[in-house]
Amino acid sequence: MSAATTSASQPPTDASALRWRLERYEQMVLIRQFETEAERQYKAARIGGYCHLSSGQEATTVGVLSAMRESDLLVAGYRCHGFALARGVPPNAVMAELFGRRDGCARGRGGSMHLLDAERGFFGGWGIVAGQLPVATGLALALVRQGRTAAVLCELGDGAVNMGAWHESLNLAALWQLPIVYLVINNAYGMGTSVERASAEPNLYKRAAAFAMHGERVDGDDLQAVSEAAGRLLTRAREQRLPAVLETLTYRYRGHSVADAGLAYRTREEISEHQASDPLIQTRTRLLADGAGEHELESIEHRALEAVAEAVRFAEASPQPELNTLARGVYAPGSSEQFARMRPGSAYGEERLVFDGGLGE
Amino acid sequence: MSATVDWPTETMTYREALRLALREEMTRDERVFLMGEEVGVFDGSYKVSAGLLAEFGPERVRDTPISEEGFVGAGVGAAMLGERPVIEIMTINFLLVAMDQVVNHAAKVRAMFGGQVGCPLVIRTPNGAGNQLTAQHSQSFDGWFAGTPGLKVLAPSNPADAKGLLKAAIRDDDPVLVIENLPIYKEKGAVSLDPELLTPIGRATVARSGSDVTLVAHSFATVRCLAVADRLSERHDINAEVVDLRSLRPLDVETVAESVVRTNHVVCVEEGWPTYGVTAELAARVQNVCFDDLDAPVERVGLAEVPMPYAKNLELAALPGEDRIEAAVLHTLGAA
Repeated sequence: MSAATTSASQPPTDASALRWRLERYEQMVLIRQFETEAERQYKAARIGGYCHLSSGQEATTVGVLSAMRESDLLVAGYRCHGFALARGVPPNAVMAELFGRRDGCARGRGGSMHLLDAERGFFGGWGIVAGQLPVATGLALALVRQGRTAAVLCELGDGAVNMGAWHESLNLAALWQLPIVYLVINNAYGMGTSVERASAEPNLYKRAAAFAMHGERVDGDDLQAVSEAAGRLLTRAREQRLPAVLETLTYRYRGHSVADAGLAYRTREEISEHQASDPLIQTRTRLLADGAGEHELESIEHRALEAVAEAVRFAEASPQPELNTLARGVYAPGSSEQFARMRPGSAYGEERLVFDGGLGE
Repeated sequence: MSATVDWPTETMTYREALRLALREEMTRDERVFLMGEEVGVFDGSYKVSAGLLAEFGPERVRDTPISEEGFVGAGVGAAMLGERPVIEIMTINFLLVAMDQVVNHAAKVRAMFGGQVGCPLVIRTPNGAGNQLTAQHSQSFDGWFAGTPGLKVLAPSNPADAKGLLKAAIRDDDPVLVIENLPIYKEKGAVSLDPELLTPIGRATVARSGSDVTLVAHSFATVRCLAVADRLSERHDINAEVVDLRSLRPLDVETVAESVVRTNHVVCVEEGWPTYGVTAELAARVQNVCFDDLDAPVERVGLAEVPMPYAKNLELAALPGEDRIEAAVLHTLGAA
């Protein structure tokens, strides 16, 4: 595991506290720089599909991830670049995935919405709103069945809490006492619809009460507050199998995706207002006040920029997936034989595209 | 009908034609109202409903939370009481979340209760791939829905039919799924301004006349086939006929068969996976009706049968592109 998660634990109270926070700050800056660069590359048509940026939400992402242990599992929705990075997936592998290249963390198959790194306990990267909730709940069930003292952190957006899958998942988690924390990132808008226009109970954390589950809300732009709450709830989940809902209040600066200017449903003033209390600036200011040197912060910021520039170079150099691998990962290894007798009468081109390349190799 | 007035046509995009249909039907019938994610304040995810909130107000252009099962089901209920809901689903991929309401409820209402209650519901949603939207956002489930008794399924390929079919759907007394298409939204064509002109449900059309081979398609595959037909003519002196199905259920087998009887060769094309798909149904019916008229087996072209990968080169290879359709035609004619 990279430096991103080696020191993941509760915020220490001793002299290493500053070091711990500097590392978190570096992750936050890395995510911001990465997202800024991703937008640039998208506009230069080197990244395709949908591209959902998380600029403005870094304190939530890094705060929660800092409370996770290596043995915990992470599941996210489609706004997942920051989660991958904070979990320690190398920026090179994330950028290569956005470029659709062979060295991407999903081998060029997933793109922006479907990042995954099973070795690091990151189980996606899902594109259907709330579709990841039942899946994450099942991961928690497996943890219990396997006797592992670990928890699942399942990220979702404020827009996902009105889906049936939310209610069904929370009920199952509470009923079966599963070790899972549902992280609701309330960034004020589900696409272009404000929380107030979408949810009859806009205090989203209160929804947990319907399932006799603990729910709470924190300032999602306050790194320490997020980290503290996530740490406490994850510990409960791991040790007592108590599921919970953690709602973090934050804001996304960019549109729903790069294709959305983000101004049809909110004002520039509203965005500026939130940017005035930018989580990066907040964290930076506190670090300076607590004794970090300006020079040290600048070198952190420089390193992040360099890492992102290197990621772009790496992604550019990585080859495209080979065409004859189109169907290779569709089924488990060994499936070719099962499908062999399905070749006759295939649609035109199917044999060459799918069967010849090895279906399930 | 408006036999006495000569209605002009206007060039507009597929998206604008759909909007015009909605506006005309909402003006004509107070019972028609829209529901869906981002249809109002945001002007529609793909801007089909742009301006309609300002024109008709929030009671008739109703923004919904992200709750497909809930608001599709609410559409079923409202339709049972005589309303004419038109529901927008952002993409057909998200309709799967509401599959139970569509297949187990909307499609069942009339028959299951002995014909006492109808369900005049319209669901509009785009299918399609080609923009690197990856596995969960690049699908075409046309055949799934068209295989469901109780539903009607329409899939216009051009602006004129987009308007005519959507209007026909709204006036129909049964649940109708209108499958739109992302790549065609920006395509332009001549559209009649006649508010009473409908495209009939259950009628295919010959989009291009030809004598050597019949290409059968719907939605964006029709656009591809028309381009391939031009290529075949230019490069190979092959005169292809293109039948645009327009309506998948009811399916106009007669128009397809009339064409195949003349050309003796047929290639069926779809944007979705062909196995158990629209082209599978076409192949079964064509061989049954035209067995003695076929000079070659029915050929099919569709999406490669894999979850759509993200990488651009893999996506292009998986799509039923013009090269593959052209090669299939040459193959079926014995020219390659």
